[in-house]
Amino acid sequence: MTHASTSTSAPIATDGFVLHDEDRAAIAHERKHYPHPQAASIEALKIVQKRHGWVPDAAIEAIARELGVPPASVEGVATFYSLIFRQPVGRHVILICDSSSCFLTDYEALRDAFFAHLGIGFGQTTPDDRFTLLPVCCLGACDRGPALMIGDDTYGPVTPEEIPTLLEGYA
Amino acid sequence: MSRILQDRDERRPETHPLTFRLNDDGTPVMLDAYREQQGYASVERAFSDLTSKTLIDELKTANLRGRGGGGFSAGLKWSLTMQGEGIPRGYIVCNADEMEPGTFKDRLLLEQQPHLLIEGMILAGFANNAYQGYIFMRGEYVDAARTVQRALEEARAAGWLGRDVAGSGWDFDIALHTGAGRYICGEETALINSLEGKRANPRAKPPFPGQSGAWGKPTVVNNVETLCNVPSVVLHGADWYQGLSQGKSGDGGTKLYGVSGKVKRPGLWELPMGTTGNELMERAGGMRDGHTLKTWLPGGGSTGFLLPEHLELALDFDTIGNAGSRLGTGLIAVVADDQSVVSLARNLEEFFSRESCGWCTPCRDGLPWSVKLLQALEAGEGERGDIDLLESLAVDLGPGRTFCAHAPGAAMPMASAIHYFRDEFERGVTRGQGKAHADPIPVGSV
Repeated sequence: MTHASTSTSAPIATDGFVLHDEDRAAIAHERKHYPHPQAASIEALKIVQKRHGWVPDAAIEAIARELGVPPASVEGVATFYSLIFRQPVGRHVILICDSSSCFLTDYEALRDAFFAHLGIGFGQTTPDDRFTLLPVCCLGACDRGPALMIGDDTYGPVTPEEIPTLLEGYA
Repeated sequence: MSRILQDRDERRPETHPLTFRLNDDGTPVMLDAYREQQGYASVERAFSDLTSKTLIDELKTANLRGRGGGGFSAGLKWSLTMQGEGIPRGYIVCNADEMEPGTFKDRLLLEQQPHLLIEGMILAGFANNAYQGYIFMRGEYVDAARTVQRALEEARAAGWLGRDVAGSGWDFDIALHTGAGRYICGEETALINSLEGKRANPRAKPPFPGQSGAWGKPTVVNNVETLCNVPSVVLHGADWYQGLSQGKSGDGGTKLYGVSGKVKRPGLWELPMGTTGNELMERAGGMRDGHTLKTWLPGGGSTGFLLPEHLELALDFDTIGNAGSRLGTGLIAVVADDQSVVSLARNLEEFFSRESCGWCTPCRDGLPWSVKLLQALEAGEGERGDIDLLESLAVDLGPGRTFCAHAPGAAMPMASAIHYFRDEFERGVTRGQGKAHADPIPVGSV
């Protein structure tokens, strides 16, 4: 491997951002799956996001150094993928499937009910930082449309009336 | 959480190679139960009786066609993988990035029968001289990722993966790679870029992945369902596999078919390749009360609309292709008579517009433009000429004008919607020719 490895040195501080030791270990583990460290970029971003909720600028730099790849390539990846968040999100991200089968099973009514219930639109976070709402590509739950995810949990079919009860489980 | 809507009594090993082992309660079939039901027997057969060439020949004869939507012969694809002296061993990549609108079949296989996929990938590795496999799974399939990871550990511990697979002297391992969103990752060359940790822009072809794919090495990308078909072909032979379609189709095997939309019983069924749309609709219990069928998409958002009378056709690649659409993934989505085709077309084009990677101009600029026009027509604010403009956009988005099939896939439902339901679009035209035509280049994003 021609890329400089920093995994044996002290944790890197970048603009006050320090990669957590556990995260460095997790990133090092992912790297081993690939012939080139750049391939672990997406996993690294997901690992950092899991801890912090989102990926701040300084984390991009830290991941780039950890992997020995240019920050621009990590940033390029971070801004391309829809599930990497480059600004703070709420404690729970709600992904509402907006694709055709859910559309055919009344997704738009469900979406509008979420907007009304939470008082926010897509791309926004509730003032108490509890929920962020985002649309998502077909969730592969078309037999249960309209479907959505809250964090790691998938639900469907969901009716507008069920929203308050559904959200109770997410503090 | 996907469910197969056929009882265990119906799912027999002789007729349902993809699903006969599945538990009725939807819990995953892990290694012990899998082994008890012919699990990994095909790998033993391949190691004792077959070579790369004879395995690929068997697959070609079986006429297993790509279940990710393309329908390309899996055996032919494998026969084009570069291998031989001086050529490095490469990769098998399973495309488990299921995001085609209306498609929920790979989720079932990943969540409930991970060892069937692993078995298929081992055979693919053996046939294509690969040393490493990757399962590229969409990030949202959280439960599937956990189950597949567990299955990989089980397979490694039992000697089916790793060094000296099952005492064959051959090394092969598989890693799970989970994605972070974006439909375009399902395009095979974009998927390879994403696997390499890059933005998921497609690559120019040639070279084809089988010549130079991931990290410049020969790479075979196959869909989950395609790979899950391989073990039974290897175990029982091409003739047996051909017979599974019961003469309903020239294509071999069974298919995981599905129905979504306003039907009584949306779901998944493993049925002979070439099962008709009517048989499938019967399984789904027909339309919900108070609804009748207006139109349907045969296999995902990138396939063309068909009419109720087309339900009598065999759902296979050639028959649906000859009817002017594509089989795609074979999971049909039904549209009821009180649902607007214009609105659905708008929803589909919004999807394709958002998911365009932006590399090719027709796709990057044409799709937002089509959304703008469709939104106007939907709102009853369309202008004279808008429909012609959409049709001309569909041509510009068509095959051969972009590096990948994203734009042609977006054009197909739009063009067919106008073809069959032009009157619905015309009802949205309320104005004379105006600004949209004077200013043909839209600025900004949708």
